[in-house]
Amino acid sequence: MPEHRGRPRRPMIEIRSVTRSYGAFKALDEANLSIDEGEFFSLLGPSGCGKTTLLRMIAGFDTPTTGSIAVDGQPMDGIPANRRPTNMVFQSYAIFPHLNVEQNVAYGLKRLKLERGEEKRRVEEALAQVSLTGLGKRGATELSGGQRQRVALARALVMRPKVLLLDEPLSALDKKLREQMQVELRRLQQAVGITFVLVTHDQYEALGMSDRIAVMFGGRIAQVASPKEIYQWPVNRQVADFLGGMNFVNAEIVEEDEASLTLDTLGFGRIKADRPASFERNGANGEKATLGIRPERLRVLWDDETSAFQVAGTVVERHYFGEITHLVVEIPGLEKPLSVTETNDFGADDIPVGATIRLAYDPEALVAMAD
Amino acid sequence: MSTATSSPRQNRRRLLPAGGWLSVYAALYVAFLYVPVLFLPIFSVNTAATPKFPLSGFTWKWYEGLPHTPELLNAAWNSLIVGLSASVLSTVLGILAARAITRYRFPGRRPINGLIMAPLVLPEIIIAISMLLVILQLGLSLSLFTVVLGHVLVCIPYSMTVLTSGFEGFDRSLEEASADLGESAFGTFRRVTLPMVTPAIISSLLVSFTISLDEFIIAFFLTGTEATLPIYIWGQLRFAAKLPGVLALGTLLLVASFILLSVAEVLRRRAARRTQSEGGPYA
Amino acid sequence: MTAAAEGSAPLAASPPRRKSLLQSESVQGLALITPTFLYALVLLLLPILVVIAHSFWTQHYLTIDRTFTLENYRIALTEPIYRDLLWRSLTISLVTSLTTVVLAYPIAYYISFHGGRHKGLWLFLITIPFWTSYLLRVMSWKVILGYNGVLNSGLMGLGIIDEPITALLYNSSSVVITLVHAWAAFAILPIFVSLEKVDRTLIEAAKDLGDGPLRSFLRVTLPLSAPGVVSALLIVMIPTVGDYVTPKLVGGKDGMMIANAIQAQFGKASNWPLGAALSVTTMIVVTLMAGAAVFIIRRAARLAR
Repeated sequence: MPEHRGRPRRPMIEIRSVTRSYGAFKALDEANLSIDEGEFFSLLGPSGCGKTTLLRMIAGFDTPTTGSIAVDGQPMDGIPANRRPTNMVFQSYAIFPHLNVEQNVAYGLKRLKLERGEEKRRVEEALAQVSLTGLGKRGATELSGGQRQRVALARALVMRPKVLLLDEPLSALDKKLREQMQVELRRLQQAVGITFVLVTHDQYEALGMSDRIAVMFGGRIAQVASPKEIYQWPVNRQVADFLGGMNFVNAEIVEEDEASLTLDTLGFGRIKADRPASFERNGANGEKATLGIRPERLRVLWDDETSAFQVAGTVVERHYFGEITHLVVEIPGLEKPLSVTETNDFGADDIPVGATIRLAYDPEALVAMAD
Repeated sequence: MSTATSSPRQNRRRLLPAGGWLSVYAALYVAFLYVPVLFLPIFSVNTAATPKFPLSGFTWKWYEGLPHTPELLNAAWNSLIVGLSASVLSTVLGILAARAITRYRFPGRRPINGLIMAPLVLPEIIIAISMLLVILQLGLSLSLFTVVLGHVLVCIPYSMTVLTSGFEGFDRSLEEASADLGESAFGTFRRVTLPMVTPAIISSLLVSFTISLDEFIIAFFLTGTEATLPIYIWGQLRFAAKLPGVLALGTLLLVASFILLSVAEVLRRRAARRTQSEGGPYA
Repeated sequence: MTAAAEGSAPLAASPPRRKSLLQSESVQGLALITPTFLYALVLLLLPILVVIAHSFWTQHYLTIDRTFTLENYRIALTEPIYRDLLWRSLTISLVTSLTTVVLAYPIAYYISFHGGRHKGLWLFLITIPFWTSYLLRVMSWKVILGYNGVLNSGLMGLGIIDEPITALLYNSSSVVITLVHAWAAFAILPIFVSLEKVDRTLIEAAKDLGDGPLRSFLRVTLPLSAPGVVSALLIVMIPTVGDYVTPKLVGGKDGMMIANAIQAQFGKASNWPLGAALSVTTMIVVTLMAGAAVFIIRRAARLAR
C-alpha cells in the first residue's frame, strides 16, 4: 500500500468540472479530479484523450473553457504559468540548447536572486538527485537522451515545486532505459515527497509507478483508482482493454444486490461475482452485462487435477514467448475463444494444437462490467 | 525473374559511381554558373582596356584609379547608407512577420504572407514604377529615402525566408519551459528566444544589405539625383573606356557580396542547428 | 473499492472566459504581423492599384485626365510596336523559364539524391552567383558575347573563326542565355525542396513492384516533384517577362522587351497612363501564360501515373 494512505489525505490539485473546447470539439469534458499531496498520479489514455490538455491546464499553458483548477488550495484562474507552484518536464525535454547543464538547471533560480553560494548549492543538489554530478559544464547538445531527461528533471525539481508535471517523459527513450528510468522516477518521487503528475499512454509505465491512475478516453475520465484496482476491476470494457488483454464473456443479469451480481453465461454457467461500486445497469440493455477475466488468471489443469471452477475446450492456437506460452482455447458455447497465458514451468509449451484441455478459474478474478 | 537479373545490373551500377553522368552534369552546370562571373576579376587585372583574349598583362592600375573618383566614393557612401537602413528596417519588419507566421495562427495568415512575399515573384520594374507613381502623386520628392522604401519592400521576403528558417524549428516548449520556470514573457524573450535567433537575425541583416547593395532597377527609378553603386556602374557602362574601372569595381562588389553571404550562411546554419537540436543526433 | 471518476461535487462552474486562448492567439499574431502587412499594403498593393487606375486615364502634357478610357489598352494591344514587344517578352520569358527548369531539374535531382552529406554546401555553391549583383552578371555576359568579347577573341585566338561572330550579342538569344544563367538558382531551389519531400520508400516500392529506374522516376519521382517544377517555372517566368537590364545591355534593338517600353513611358515619353496600361497588360498576359503552363504540367503529371 502506498505510504500516503497512512496519512490523512490532503488534496494538492483539485480539478472541478473542467471543460476545454475548441469550437465544437471538446478536448476535455467535465473533468473532476482530486490529486493528493505526495501522490504519484498518472493520467493514462490513448493519444487525443485529453490527458495532455489537462496537464497543460494545470501548468498554465492552456485555460479551461469552463470549470476551475486549484493547486494547494489556491485557485489558479488567471494565474500565468510563470507564477504557478508547478514545474514541468516536457515531452521533448525542452533543454535550452544555448546553455550548458548547470545554466539550464539554474535557469529558474536566476529569477529568485539567491546568493551565489546558495544557488550553486541548490544546482549541485539537484544534479546529485538525478545522478548528474560532474556534468554541469557539459553543453546541452552533447547530452544523450537519458541525460537530457535527467537535466529536465533537475531543472524542474530545483525550483522545489509543489507539483511536478511530467508529459510523457519516457516516450523518447529506448525500452531498456525507459524501464530503468521508471524505477528511478519512482524512487526520486519518494525521496523528494512532492506530488508527481505523469501523463502517459503506456499502461505498464502507469501501473508500475503510480499510486493512483486516472484512465481517460475521448476527453472523459473513465476511472480513477490504484493500479491494482484498475487492472483487476476495470469499470468497462474500454478500460479493461486498454490495460492489457482481457477475455470478455457475454452475460445476463439474473440477480443483483448491494454486494454481488448473479450472472448467467453460456461457457461458465451461473456465476456470482462481486458487484463493483461503479456498476450501473445499461439503460437500454438492462439485463445484459459482460464478464471479464485476464488471460493469466486462467490456469491449465493437468492430468488428474480438478477444480470446483473449470471449463473445457480445444486448443486452436499456441504462441511461445520464452517463459510463458499463450494459448487460444475454444470453449463450446462461447462466441469467442479464450486467451490463456500459462507459465512454461509445467510444460504448457508442449500442449499440441487440437488438444482438449481444462482450464481452472478463480471466481474472484471474474469482473462484471455493464457494457 | 527479378533475382536472376539483379546481379548483373548491380555490377553495372558499381562501374558507374553514384549519380554517374549526373555528377558530370553537375560539374558542368556549376562551371556554367561560375565562369561568366569569373571573367570580371580576370579582366579587372588585365592591362588592356577592352576585355578580350589573349590577356595582355597583369596590373592593379584599374583598382588604383577607383579611390580618386569622387562620384564613385559618393555612390559608395550612398549605397552604404541605403544598405544599412534597408537591412535594419527589413529585418525588423521581417522579425515581426516571421514570428507571427511561425508562432501564431490567425485569420488571413496565408493571404497576408502572400502579399508580403509577393515582391519575390513580381517583375522589379512593376514594383518600381508603381511606387514611383504613388510617391510622385503624394508630392514626395525622389531621394535616397525613397530608394530605401523600395529596397525594404524587396528585402523583406528574403529576410522572412532566412528568419522563418531560423524560427521554424524553434521548439515552442523551450519558451514554455522558461515560463514554467518562473520567467516573465519579456524575460523569456531576452533569455531564450533572442539568444537562439540572433544568428538568424544577423544573417537576415547581411542578406538584405547585400541585396540592397546590388539592387539596380528600383534604385534607378526611385532615386533623385543621388546615385548608388549600381547606378554609378550603369552610368559608366556607356563609356567603353571606363569598362576596366567598372570591372574592378564590380569585382570588389562581388567579393564583398561573397563574404557577406558566406558569413550569413554560416550564421543561418548555426541558428538552424541550435533551434533544431531537439531530435538531434542524440535524441 | 473501485471508484468512478471521483472528486467533490462540482463547484459553481466559473463563467466562460471573455477571450478564449484561440482568440487571443489570433489577436497576438495579427498584432505582430500588422506593421509588415501595412508596409506591404501601402507600398505594394496600393501602388499597384494606383497603376491600374492610371491605366484607365489619359495624359495631357503635364496633367492627367481622369476620365475612364480604354484607349491605353487599345494602344498597348494593337500598336505593332507594343504588340511585338509584348509578344517577344512572353516568348523570351517562356523559353527562358522552360530552359532554366529543364537544365535545373537534373542538378536539383543530383543534389537531393546524390548530395549525401554535402547537400547544404551544394545549395550554397549554386546560390552564391545568384546573390551577386544582377547588373554585374548581365555585364559579364556582355563581356563574353561582345564583338570584341571573350568568346570571339578566344575563338579567333584558337583559329576556329577568322572574323568575330556578330550574331552572338544584341539579339533575343543573348537575352535568353543571360536570363537562364541569372535565374538558375531560383529554379533549382523549389525543385530541390519538392524532391526532398519525396518519400524514398515510395521509389523503392515502385522498384519492388517491378519498375526499372527510369520507369520509377517517370511514374513516381517526377509526378511527385511536379509542384516544385511548377513553382520553379512561375518563379522564373513572371519576373523575367518584365526584365529591363538584360535587354538593355545585351538585347540590342532586336532583343528589346516590354520593360524597356514601359520605362520609356515613365521617362522620356512621359505618358504614365500608357506605361501603366502596358504594365497591367504584361502582368495579366504573363499570369494567363503561367496559368496555362501550370495547367499543362498538372495534366502531364496526372497522365504520367
